[in-house]
Amino acid sequence: MSENTEKKEAKKLLKVSSNPHVRDGMNTRSIMLAVVIALMPATIFGIINFGYHAFLVVATAVGFSVLAEFVMCKILKKPVSISDCSAIVTGLLLGLNLPPMFPLWMTAVGACFAIVVVKMLFGGLGQNFMNPALGARCFLVISFAKYMTNFNCDAYTGATPLAVLKSGGAVNIYDMVIGRTAGTIGETSMIAIVLGACFLIALGIIDLRIPGMYILSFVIFILIFGKRGFDFNFVCAHLAGGGLMLGAFFMATDYVTRPITKKGQYVYGILLGILTGIFRIFGASAEGVSYAIILGNLLVPLIEKITLPKAFGKGGENS
Amino acid sequence: MFTFHGGIHPYDGKDISKDRPIVDYSPKGDMVYPLSQHIGAPCECVVEVGEKVLVGQLIAKDTGFVSSPIYSSVSGVVKAIEPRRIITGDHVKAIVIENDNEYKSVKFTPHPDYSKLSREEIVSLIQKAGVVGMGGAGFPTHVKVSPKEPDKIEYVIANCAECEPYLTSDYRIMIEQPQKLVEGLRIELSLFNNARGILAVEDNKPDCIAKLRELTKDDEKISVIPLKTKYPQGSERHLIFATTKRAINSSMLPSDAGCIVNNVDTICSIYSAVVEGKPLLHRIVTVTGDCIKTPQNFRVPIGTNYHELVDEAGGFIKNPEKIVSGGPMMGFAIFDLDVPATKTSSALLCLSKDQISSASETACINCGRCVEVCPGRVIPSKLADFAQNGDREQFEKYNGMECCECGCCSYICPAKRYLTQSIKSMRRMILADRKKGGKK
Repeated sequence: MSENTEKKEAKKLLKVSSNPHVRDGMNTRSIMLAVVIALMPATIFGIINFGYHAFLVVATAVGFSVLAEFVMCKILKKPVSISDCSAIVTGLLLGLNLPPMFPLWMTAVGACFAIVVVKMLFGGLGQNFMNPALGARCFLVISFAKYMTNFNCDAYTGATPLAVLKSGGAVNIYDMVIGRTAGTIGETSMIAIVLGACFLIALGIIDLRIPGMYILSFVIFILIFGKRGFDFNFVCAHLAGGGLMLGAFFMATDYVTRPITKKGQYVYGILLGILTGIFRIFGASAEGVSYAIILGNLLVPLIEKITLPKAFGKGGENS
Repeated sequence: MFTFHGGIHPYDGKDISKDRPIVDYSPKGDMVYPLSQHIGAPCECVVEVGEKVLVGQLIAKDTGFVSSPIYSSVSGVVKAIEPRRIITGDHVKAIVIENDNEYKSVKFTPHPDYSKLSREEIVSLIQKAGVVGMGGAGFPTHVKVSPKEPDKIEYVIANCAECEPYLTSDYRIMIEQPQKLVEGLRIELSLFNNARGILAVEDNKPDCIAKLRELTKDDEKISVIPLKTKYPQGSERHLIFATTKRAINSSMLPSDAGCIVNNVDTICSIYSAVVEGKPLLHRIVTVTGDCIKTPQNFRVPIGTNYHELVDEAGGFIKNPEKIVSGGPMMGFAIFDLDVPATKTSSALLCLSKDQISSASETACINCGRCVEVCPGRVIPSKLADFAQNGDREQFEKYNGMECCECGCCSYICPAKRYLTQSIKSMRRMILADRKKGGKK
């Protein structure tokens, strides 16, 4: 018998592993690429709308994000992870959150801050507690406030619609929905952003839980505290203006920095809506989406803790 | 729609074997009968090397209530009693019988009119026939049908979901011998005064639903329930929930919800055990996968070597990289074909590509897909983290013990993490510790 066994052991053995033995085709890279594609309408619209320098800003942000990740992986002696395309998404989101005439070297600094400080130093993909693009945006606002709030370019001069609204002026809703207003490169066109968001929803990459609750609670907040009563124009301007759409669909839904529990996602969405409302209505600046999301990011561990789902057979079978 | 929350829709691969009728296979080589083919105490061998045995002769007897006897499925001579490899890769004491290919059988005592038998007689026939849960778990059926309070059983559910991809053995039984299934269910129902029968079939088998409905249309006690096609619809706890809206957690038994669940092949074996008086000698095995020349459904004598089944199905047309005993979601990967089919072998799946070893694990991006699909409604990504860090306390706090190890999280994970695998290891450790603690 032993000779027999040995003979059998000598032949080629098959691969074994614990179940399951099949896998879905979706991987991290395909998700990231889908997000990049979904951001294309807003990116292309922004570049056409604001001109060549906007393209340079976006390209610099993407390029330096990828480069920073590559260099960091080498320095930290980790396997190079740029092929998962997450750095492209970060760079693109950062670029879309910058004014069209933003200096390129500052863009590069912002991209490096996003990747090196917010992402890689905390352990790389999946470990950052804050959205890297938004973290970098806030860093840039603090460091280069003058440039970050200057939305003048060849196409537009003057204040953003939200700033106009804040000082009591009138805005053109139609232009805002299309995106023909001053603002950051990617935030102005509601149509382009929603188009991209529909693509992600159709693919099942994001769902409406967070954006839906975010927008809904924000609308309710400004209806109550906006001091304009039920002013349809005012509500629409707040929805189409500023970074709300881009933030709600593309940054509040960032997997890494939003709660993983279903109930937690509702709570998170409502929280973001209220925070954005507070910042926009009562705050000194006209915009508040980035700060709302960043603050929300920090509260995610707490939200997850209080929204632990119940297991099947312990009350959780119906949700 | 009758279903549960969560679940996945993997490629089902059933088309390649579903239209192949069940073929009786007569093995030629040696037969191997591991002494433990069920959950519970291993059997005790009652034959000696050199002894002649017949088809249907007891070769290993049960050693307690939660145990199940084993019968020879061929006639021949006992060649050896020695450790042999089984599908899990372990070596287990087994009886090896040299097949004389004559199939001389002992005489069976049929009971065509089971209504004359008492409850105890029926249970004893099931017990003596060695019937166990043939869906994969191998829990002795006579234990299942003997709950503490039989009058509290309200539903006897026939698990006809067959939610595992590639498997078509239950489907073929429902197409070819639906009356056996329905009669078997009626026998089970006769054990319980207050029970109704449910045939729960996934709606991707409309032909089965129609046939079973036709057969049971005059029977008020039996209903056919179409289930949403989704894995793991056939998981016992989720099947009970889908059909009765009663949810049980991992520490409860189906009988706590007034239910008893049996799989198709098991119910047919109950029929054979009672009406034909035959012990469990055969089972239906689907031999399939992209490496098999002619995928087929075989009626296989228990103990048959897997090599023979592959050869009978025309052999390999491609080199297999992975061979799974059972379905791709819950089955065991085997590293060598030289193992016997047992009471719980539902399929032999030969895949030319191993999707597990071809992708490496990457960082969790917290996408929440595992949470969406988890039928246990837990957070697999966090549980796997706790398991990998050895954090037992958090693992149990986050309901890690409610995991049913169905594999949905690992299937869906875009980062290709070994979620089910990690959670499973931790659960095994905790269960083993609890068992030790219980004995002290």
